Amino acid sequence: MPILEAKDLTYTYSIGSPFEKTAVDHINLQIEQGEFVGIIGHTGSGKSTLMQMMNGLLKPTAGSVLLDGRDIWEKGTDRRAVRFQVGLVFQYPEYQLFEETVYKDIAFGPKNMGLDEKEIDRRVRETAEAVGLKEELLEKAPYALSGGQKRRVAIAGVMAMEPRVLILDEPTAGLDPKGRTKILTQLSAYQKRTGCTVMLVSHSMEDVAKYVSRLLVLSHAKVVCFDTPANVFARGDELEKIGLALPQITRVFRLLRARGISFPDEVYTVKYGAELLRARLEGREPQC
Amino acid sequence: MLKDITLGQYFPMDSIVHKMDARYKIIITMIFLVMLFWGQHPTALIAGFLFVTAATALSKIPPKMVIKSLKPIIPILIITGLLNLFMLDGGDTLFQWKFLKITEQGVQTSVFMLLRICLLIAGTSLLTYTTSPIVLTDAIESLLSPLKKLNLPVHELAMMMTIALRFIPTLIEETDKIMAAQKARGADLESGSIFQRAHALVPILIPLFVSAFRRAEELALAMECRCYHGGEGRTRLRVLKSGLRDYVALALTLLLFAAVVTLNALLY
Repeated sequence: MPILEAKDLTYTYSIGSPFEKTAVDHINLQIEQGEFVGIIGHTGSGKSTLMQMMNGLLKPTAGSVLLDGRDIWEKGTDRRAVRFQVGLVFQYPEYQLFEETVYKDIAFGPKNMGLDEKEIDRRVRETAEAVGLKEELLEKAPYALSGGQKRRVAIAGVMAMEPRVLILDEPTAGLDPKGRTKILTQLSAYQKRTGCTVMLVSHSMEDVAKYVSRLLVLSHAKVVCFDTPANVFARGDELEKIGLALPQITRVFRLLRARGISFPDEVYTVKYGAELLRARLEGREPQC
Repeated sequence: MLKDITLGQYFPMDSIVHKMDARYKIIITMIFLVMLFWGQHPTALIAGFLFVTAATALSKIPPKMVIKSLKPIIPILIITGLLNLFMLDGGDTLFQWKFLKITEQGVQTSVFMLLRICLLIAGTSLLTYTTSPIVLTDAIESLLSPLKKLNLPVHELAMMMTIALRFIPTLIEETDKIMAAQKARGADLESGSIFQRAHALVPILIPLFVSAFRRAEELALAMECRCYHGGEGRTRLRVLKSGLRDYVALALTLLLFAAVVTLNALLY
């Protein structure tokens, strides 16, 4: 049974006013336990709205969200408990920090869960380490930190609830390339270690291609495809038509292919691409 | 959701009322208000009702929206109605219980007042429905410009108002976002005692204030970068222009006003 499922999920903003807009249009999805899913789409394609429905922050206009096969809007379901299981990190989450110290801010979620001091302490320290925050930062005021550090504190704040599904809405937006790679690598390591399900929203293929097992492409409130990165990138022309840029390395290989040099499959990580080329030059089979 | 607040919300449509000069719309609304309160006779209410109906029809705003604008003032209506009903003394006594007394005069006045307030809100809502806040402040600035001679900083006041209005939706959106984010971390905003609920607002208010200050600073910097220096010698992108429809509308309103004043003098 999928851990999280969307059935005919639809959301319409401002029904009945001239600003009416359907942001999510009859979407069907199945997310399996332990998956690392990337969600890609242009600005306004409905990514954020979809994610907010996944943890019960927005009530669908039509359709349903199933967690472990149970409708989260069913009567008698505790939506707060759903939110502890499906953790959502918003875009620019550093603007939600409010406590006097980093420690207290990370502890906000676990405290709301009603955990005891000892468990909270364990979670705060573990997640702070997982996102690469040094011990001495924990007693500092969040506003004294740099932008990247604040972002990490906010991510840790959601991770500390140890949700079974962790959704991150553009966690790398506005960070420099180094900060981006760092957060994504840490996230990937966290996912491998805990075995939780991660859904990563992004508008950059470049960022997600490396880490995800499946890629969901959204355009104009609908699903374009939901498949492995290789299969998704194989439909490169279609993606470019809806305004999504392929990773640079994939484009390089497509151009090479257009010039008549054949390669076995779609390439979307620099590492794999480099190995392919090296193997070709040395006249051997690629190893990976 | 907070986004669904309608009071004072612009409702874009392609209509003759939307296209009118905002200055005239303000003046006409003011005449309408004076008319409502001048007339002590039901004819004033009938005239007011006709005015609102005609304006709604011309503006193409769904009548439902105009009625919806009355919703927030229901408590005020109830209080005014009750106060007038019980406090006024005159005419036959219709009902008496200890010190509570309802008289004919009381019933008349309270019904009159209620209708008057409803028309007042409906009329002014039409102004804000058909005029974007930015244009509205432009018009206010233009109407108040004679006060510049008295060294009143009219432009600066209008600019402050424009900025404040401009940021209301932004801050509402921001509040929505922060609320959602804190709810995602299990913040409980809906249950508990008043004290607990007030305490639950801290995680929302602090980020909101921080972001408001940040926005203010960024805006000030951006304005400074573009050499903003106040009203002196400043030209506008949108110049308010009046035309035939504005004169006709004003003339009709004045005519209605004159009729109400005359009838009032004759009948009351």
